[in-house]
Amino acid sequence: MRIAMLYTRLRVEERLLLDAFDTAGFCVEPIDTRSIVLDPANPDAWSAYDAVFDRSLSLTASINIGRVLESFGLRVINPTSATEVCSDKLRTTLALERAGVPTPAVRVALDPESALGAVGEIGYPAVVKPTVGSWGRLVARINDRDAAEAIIEHRAALGSAQQGVYYVQEHIDKPGRDLRVFVVNHEPIAAIVRTSEHWVTNTARGAAAANFALSDEVVALAASASRAVGADLVAVDLLECPRRGLLVNELNHSMEFRNSIETTGVDIPGRLVGRVIEIAGSVGTASVGGAS
Amino acid sequence: MTTTTEIIQAACPECSASVEFTRTPLNGEIARCAACGAELEVTCRSPLRLELAPEVEEDWGE
Repeated sequence: MRIAMLYTRLRVEERLLLDAFDTAGFCVEPIDTRSIVLDPANPDAWSAYDAVFDRSLSLTASINIGRVLESFGLRVINPTSATEVCSDKLRTTLALERAGVPTPAVRVALDPESALGAVGEIGYPAVVKPTVGSWGRLVARINDRDAAEAIIEHRAALGSAQQGVYYVQEHIDKPGRDLRVFVVNHEPIAAIVRTSEHWVTNTARGAAAANFALSDEVVALAASASRAVGADLVAVDLLECPRRGLLVNELNHSMEFRNSIETTGVDIPGRLVGRVIEIAGSVGTASVGGAS
Repeated sequence: MTTTTEIIQAACPECSASVEFTRTPLNGEIARCAACGAELEVTCRSPLRLELAPEVEEDWGE
């Protein structure tokens, strides 16, 4: 059984994953996505692998490489369909809404004037986010009409078609923290609580992390969210809404976990790798090249 | 690249300080220079070469 692991930069997370494969006595081949040339007509270069574990930092690389490899019949972890849903906040919202998973209210507009109306419908404060993006980049809380006009004008001036999608989300008056739940095969294995004085409670933006004991409610909600997007491995971010209870804010298909191992006491890379090996073992090599 | 008692090292391209690895790094591996704090990327393993790591791209994330 052979597994390839795609990466863009070999960060602490990827090193820990390679170590976990090694500990499991398993052969894995790390492949820098920047070195890849794909021939969509010929799967031979990939026929040696039973599965491909995608840890690319680049969403563009993940999706484009994933599509080609899956067309060869290779099992990609996470499936490209799940990556596409998790990486796009609007698609995440749609998946959660269709599955009946509670999530903050959202309006979407494609024109600056309509975006002002969308913010008005959601009410102040509102949150405007790029549909594609991570680590809290370009996320803005809008407290009043003046701020809405300024933010929307600036977004329009960026000139990117992607920034022309105005994803306006209900602001959740959370208690200075959010929860991140690590989920493997729809089973929550650990959780952290991220606390910050800033309204963006992202560890990439300086939030502090501590262990959070999994409750039945958190387990059920995170598992439902994972199923809704069809992910093998995912980190589910939850917000505690004073009015509506727990809400799923977003899902992360290529989770960071370096600061959550000691915090939770759970061998997160070991659990992730264990699932990847399970999937690869269940796939076998027969399917490579067999899909259309 | 020089190897002494299993320490692999190369010069930081920003400040020329020695950046050490306790095991053979892979291409694309990220390291931080203890002297100047620069984030570095391994761009060649033999001879070991470090370059300043690229800035975060728009589509990067988790």
